[in-house]
Amino acid sequence: MTREGPGPEDPGPEALVPSDRPEMEGTRPHLCRDCLADWRAPPARTCPDCGSTRIVGHEELDRLAIAHIDCDAFYASIEKRDDPGLVDRPVLIGGGRRGVVSAACYVARMYGCRSAMPMFKALAACPEAVVIKPNMAKYSAVGREIRQLMLDITPAVEPLSIDEAFLDLAGTTRIHGGFPAKTLARLVRRIETEIGVTASIGLAPNKFLAKLASDLDKPRGFAVIGAAEAEEFLAPRPVTAIFGVGKTLGAKLARDGITRIGDLRRFEREMLMARYGAMGARLHAFARGLDDRPVDASSGAKSVSNETTFDQDISDVEALKRILWPLCEKVSARLKKADIAGRTVTLKLKNRDFKSITRSHSLPAPTQLAETLYRTVVPMLEKEAVGTRFRLIGVGASELTDSADADPFDLADPDSGKRAKIERAIDTVRAKLGDGALSKGRGWGGTKR
Amino acid sequence: MKLTIERAALLRALNHVQSVVERRNTIPILSNVLIEAKDGALGLTATDMDIAIVERVAADIATAGATTAPAHTLYDIVRKLPDGAQVDIETAGDSERLTLKSGRSRFTLSTLPTDDFPVMSGGDMPHEFELDADALRALVDRTRFAISTEETRYYLNGIYVHAADGDHPVLRAVATDGHRLARVEIPLPDGANGMPGVIVPRKTVGELRKLIEETNGGIAIALSETKIRFAFGDAVLTSKLIDGTFPDYERVIPSGNDKIMTVDCDDFAEAVDRVSTIATEKMRAVKMKIEGDQMELSASSQENGQAVEEVGIDYGKEAIEIGFNARYLLDIANQVEGETAEFVMADSSSPTIVRDPKDPGALYVLMPMRV
Repeated sequence: MTREGPGPEDPGPEALVPSDRPEMEGTRPHLCRDCLADWRAPPARTCPDCGSTRIVGHEELDRLAIAHIDCDAFYASIEKRDDPGLVDRPVLIGGGRRGVVSAACYVARMYGCRSAMPMFKALAACPEAVVIKPNMAKYSAVGREIRQLMLDITPAVEPLSIDEAFLDLAGTTRIHGGFPAKTLARLVRRIETEIGVTASIGLAPNKFLAKLASDLDKPRGFAVIGAAEAEEFLAPRPVTAIFGVGKTLGAKLARDGITRIGDLRRFEREMLMARYGAMGARLHAFARGLDDRPVDASSGAKSVSNETTFDQDISDVEALKRILWPLCEKVSARLKKADIAGRTVTLKLKNRDFKSITRSHSLPAPTQLAETLYRTVVPMLEKEAVGTRFRLIGVGASELTDSADADPFDLADPDSGKRAKIERAIDTVRAKLGDGALSKGRGWGGTKR
Repeated sequence: MKLTIERAALLRALNHVQSVVERRNTIPILSNVLIEAKDGALGLTATDMDIAIVERVAADIATAGATTAPAHTLYDIVRKLPDGAQVDIETAGDSERLTLKSGRSRFTLSTLPTDDFPVMSGGDMPHEFELDADALRALVDRTRFAISTEETRYYLNGIYVHAADGDHPVLRAVATDGHRLARVEIPLPDGANGMPGVIVPRKTVGELRKLIEETNGGIAIALSETKIRFAFGDAVLTSKLIDGTFPDYERVIPSGNDKIMTVDCDDFAEAVDRVSTIATEKMRAVKMKIEGDQMELSASSQENGQAVEEVGIDYGKEAIEIGFNARYLLDIANQVEGETAEFVMADSSSPTIVRDPKDPGALYVLMPMRV
């Protein structure tokens, strides 16, 4: 790779450990991320073996085993890998003028471009950016290759998305001939050389801290948060940095005077639970840097869903159905792109009082077809929409599996094969001529949403 | 009411009726069996409101009368009495208690009034015909394994019975769960001409099967569009039918399949059973690699490892690899009467037909699994 790592002026993870704490003085384990040498020494800046400055040193380095690995500007990195001419140019991945940025490379980020930013804004900030349409099939193939490399070092890999995962390396020291940090450094080196994209590592005693850590030293980083400094590290951070604290809960916490993670420490566990339910218990633990959730290899993306909020509340079933169809098509498109299928179909409704209703149905076989999602979700909608005014509707597919067993011909439904063929045919036309080229009459007309 | 009856006869009749009674009932009377003593016979009736079984057994009736008592309790008592025992059953004047005596045992059971017991009216059943016990057993056994348990598609939760015209008029039984389909036919019995297509619910099929087991000879069947009745010698089973439309199954039976493979059915079933040991509980996929005169059956799972077994076959087309759920293969193999089974395939992803050369009336359709 030609990219430069963070220079010596970048304090890196070392900054996390204030040097004025006497118990942190003395020797500590170090690891060179280039030559993988490890040694014990007082805080150092260069590798005694190869002279590299890409070293990590931390009191708990040889003991921590839970890691979060996150690829750097994943989509953009893959495009740069495949077209070396793009390497030093700002690259934005995203669709259309009206679309949003799905990924911005680090060059584009210097101009202020960020992912999730509307494309026109990103282009205003960086007019010379190269815009590339996302090629999800390629990205997921690369994602799978990376996952395979992760699985080579431990079976305990919990994918969070296409390009990030938790790994539990506890008990692998003997197998890999080195403590987990070293195995991880070797893994990202392998990802760089064999696959050609860079990734950042967060190493910590648990998932919560590991996820925060991986973000600290990006790109191509290696950050460590030890159990000893966790509380101090967390205290000044905003509560919204906690995974699971979104806009709603964040606002509720702010109203209660809690904006920093440190603020949470003033409250008893019972009090937080009484006020915020099950999340309260988690907040109490998180504020202390504690998290006992195991790395769950069986999880992964749990569901694919899409929802929309209306400008005006709607109670008419036919109107709701017209809105539901394009949502089913969107969910279906994502399932098809990711080569997965869902066995459980969920309908989500939110009424005027913001109360959510969800209804689920398990299919005899997993599906990726919009038609099947729609046919499953409509009867649930008809049962619920009895004059109630709704402000939001959504559809989701969960119990995700590989697409290989999806949508088999249904012997109890003679038309199932024909419907699947029609949908695949529409997909083929759209792939050639664009999404608007062909669509079903369903979802047309009626009142505007 | 006062009567004496032989334990074995009572046990047999109670066994038939008690299985209709649900273990948990919100309506107390449905836990009870209706007991009627008159004309030298004891009548027992049980119902769950969808199915009713009435059975009559000869008994020594001293005083005629009727009451209802808890079905499962009564059955358990009689079951535990010694072989060859005589059972005395008696109710006092007010009938609130039933006393059962046998040898040195004595039980008192609480009863409920007979007036509360729901009577299932058969209504008018215009279509009547008779089937041999063996023929009815074949229709049931060769289809019931394919009945769906999927609640939303309630119309698949039973066996679809209807009259059809093939080369000659036939009575057909069909069941499918979407993954496999079983279709069995016999020559149309007299009187079944013009009968409506009906879906016999799974529970009724189960009760029916038990009753057939103990019957020789003919079973009189009567039906309307909503109910069906099976009359055995001493027992009568009446059931509601599933109110729904069975799918147009004939359209899913492929007609263009041209790859025919014949295999010894027992050898095949044993090999599938052995190989599938390795397959995971969830995905019981077995791969069949068919080429020349050999079929290689294999299964693999990440946790367990893999298994391979070869079976000799008769096959003349190009090689094909196709996978099936092992359980579905075994279910069908169990129903094949002949020595061989015939697989009629198109390709590895299209419906495959399995035929029983010995019974041209039986036909099975299986969806392959991707392996």
